[in-house]
Amino acid sequence: MSIPPSHGERRRGRTTMRRAAEGVVLAFIYVCGWLAIIILAAIALFLILNSVRALNEAGLGSMLSGTAWYPTSNPGKFGMLPLILGSLLVTAVALVVSVPLGVAAAVFISEFSGTGVKDIMKSIIEFMAAVPSVVYGLIGVAVVIPLVKDVFALNSGMTALAGGIVLGVMSLPTVISISEDALHAVPFDLRQGSAALGNTRWQTTYKVTIPAASSGIFAAVMLGLGRAIGETMAVLMLTGNAAIMPTSVLESVRTMTGTIAAEMGEVVQGGLHYSVLFAVGLVLFVITFAINLAADLVLEGQRKRWRR
Amino acid sequence: MSRTSRTRRARSAEAVARILTGGAALGVVAVALFVLGYIVYNGIGAIDFTFLTDVPRDRGREGGILPVIVGTIWVTTATAALTLPIGVLAGIYLSEYAPRNLATRAIRLAITNMAGVPSIVYGLFGLAAFVLTAGLGRSIIASALTLTCMTLPVVITATEEALRQIPQDLRQASLALGATRLRTIYKVVLPAAAPGIITGSILGLARAAGETAPILFTGAVFQMRRLPEDLSSQFMSLPYHIYAQVTSVPGWNRTLVWGTALVLVAGVSVVSVIAALWRSAQRRRVKW
Repeated sequence: MSIPPSHGERRRGRTTMRRAAEGVVLAFIYVCGWLAIIILAAIALFLILNSVRALNEAGLGSMLSGTAWYPTSNPGKFGMLPLILGSLLVTAVALVVSVPLGVAAAVFISEFSGTGVKDIMKSIIEFMAAVPSVVYGLIGVAVVIPLVKDVFALNSGMTALAGGIVLGVMSLPTVISISEDALHAVPFDLRQGSAALGNTRWQTTYKVTIPAASSGIFAAVMLGLGRAIGETMAVLMLTGNAAIMPTSVLESVRTMTGTIAAEMGEVVQGGLHYSVLFAVGLVLFVITFAINLAADLVLEGQRKRWRR
Repeated sequence: MSRTSRTRRARSAEAVARILTGGAALGVVAVALFVLGYIVYNGIGAIDFTFLTDVPRDRGREGGILPVIVGTIWVTTATAALTLPIGVLAGIYLSEYAPRNLATRAIRLAITNMAGVPSIVYGLFGLAAFVLTAGLGRSIIASALTLTCMTLPVVITATEEALRQIPQDLRQASLALGATRLRTIYKVVLPAAAPGIITGSILGLARAAGETAPILFTGAVFQMRRLPEDLSSQFMSLPYHIYAQVTSVPGWNRTLVWGTALVLVAGVSVVSVIAALWRSAQRRRVKW
């Protein structure tokens, strides 16, 4: 079989083409690699740009310290303190539910259960994380609100407590899976060393494993807190959304997320109220960013510690 | 204290610890089963042919949820079409190309932080960036872009993890045969990592399908007479439909709303659980 004279030419042409195509794909890969930073910066930028009017006209200090939220009165009052405290109160209730239950369950999964139980638990946690927040809200409306109403003999069950309980259940998957990861990452040698000294499983767990994993468990709590404070739909459906300074968990509260979701549909685009809602979003973004960053640094520190 | 009593105390502490932590785990299981059971028990009565094929009537109190299901499929498919290529390329960058330096660490930090940004903040961002600034209006594409920003961290992380598990030998063998780095990734590494990438991405997309807050201001509507025709249409969506019924329809039909919730949870969780099980099965089978 004879080789056509143009073969070398064509081959070179094909190589050039392929190189060019690879160059294009490589460019895409680099752009996409950097996209996370670009998107995060864009989120911050758009929040700030749209908050400018609120920051100028209402002022950051007076918004953060104001105790009256009457956005539709004339002139509107945009004190965010009731919203911030509402978010914190609901989140606190959520942590009371999710941290003890979640960390204890993680200890059981990591230290006391076999592979079969572990797999089943992981599927169940996966399911809990996959249930959409609006469905948790619906269950809260049907089950938790009437329960809270009856148990505490209230006029309405739409309270910080109801929202917090459901939110606690919703943050369980985060708390459990990250605590379990942290416990799992503790080297097996440490446990064996402890067992060789005559400690029981539980003595090993609370004297050795849990202290060694404590920073990871702390990060799990932080991330659970971040999830809870940023959750929207369930709290919107469950807390009753009264924008007053909260005094007890048995009262209706309004959270930052719920305020944005409930009011954004009815505001004039570009108006002051619109801008203030973006400012609420900005506050929320800064809070969750700080929480996540802290949790991330803690986790990174722990990862380094066990890498050796 | 005598030795035996100390041993006895340690034993009883062990038993108490096992009971308490086991009880907590059992409690979590009970809550999960209750959630599942409650949704199925309340929703199953609504599921019939009419419910799945009719349009909502009387503001959703009667009729079915066909446009609601179709809208969810539209927006989730568009999200998948945007997220998968971008997320996989970004994962390839982090696993195969990114240098070990401060910039790469910043990218990783950005990815984990993106995962923690509240969904409602994504909604605000989508409204400002895609609906208004980009001029896309309230539409499927604006919602899909918003959900893409939310889902990207999941897909990127899944891709990177899957790629990292492919041993260097495979890459080196391909490079030794004269393949370029990119061709090695495309022909050898990606196919081997595909199961991990796909399952991780499915989990992320299932979450996106159930999200309400990001689509509130970017394209979801309460009622539509027709099915969406293209990416610039507005759309109805399962999670938004549930929220809107409960909060703004007096005398909402409990059976139909629970039926809607069942359809949503069944779709989302069946896909997620299958994906998770498949992944752990793959992990056990493939040993390099």
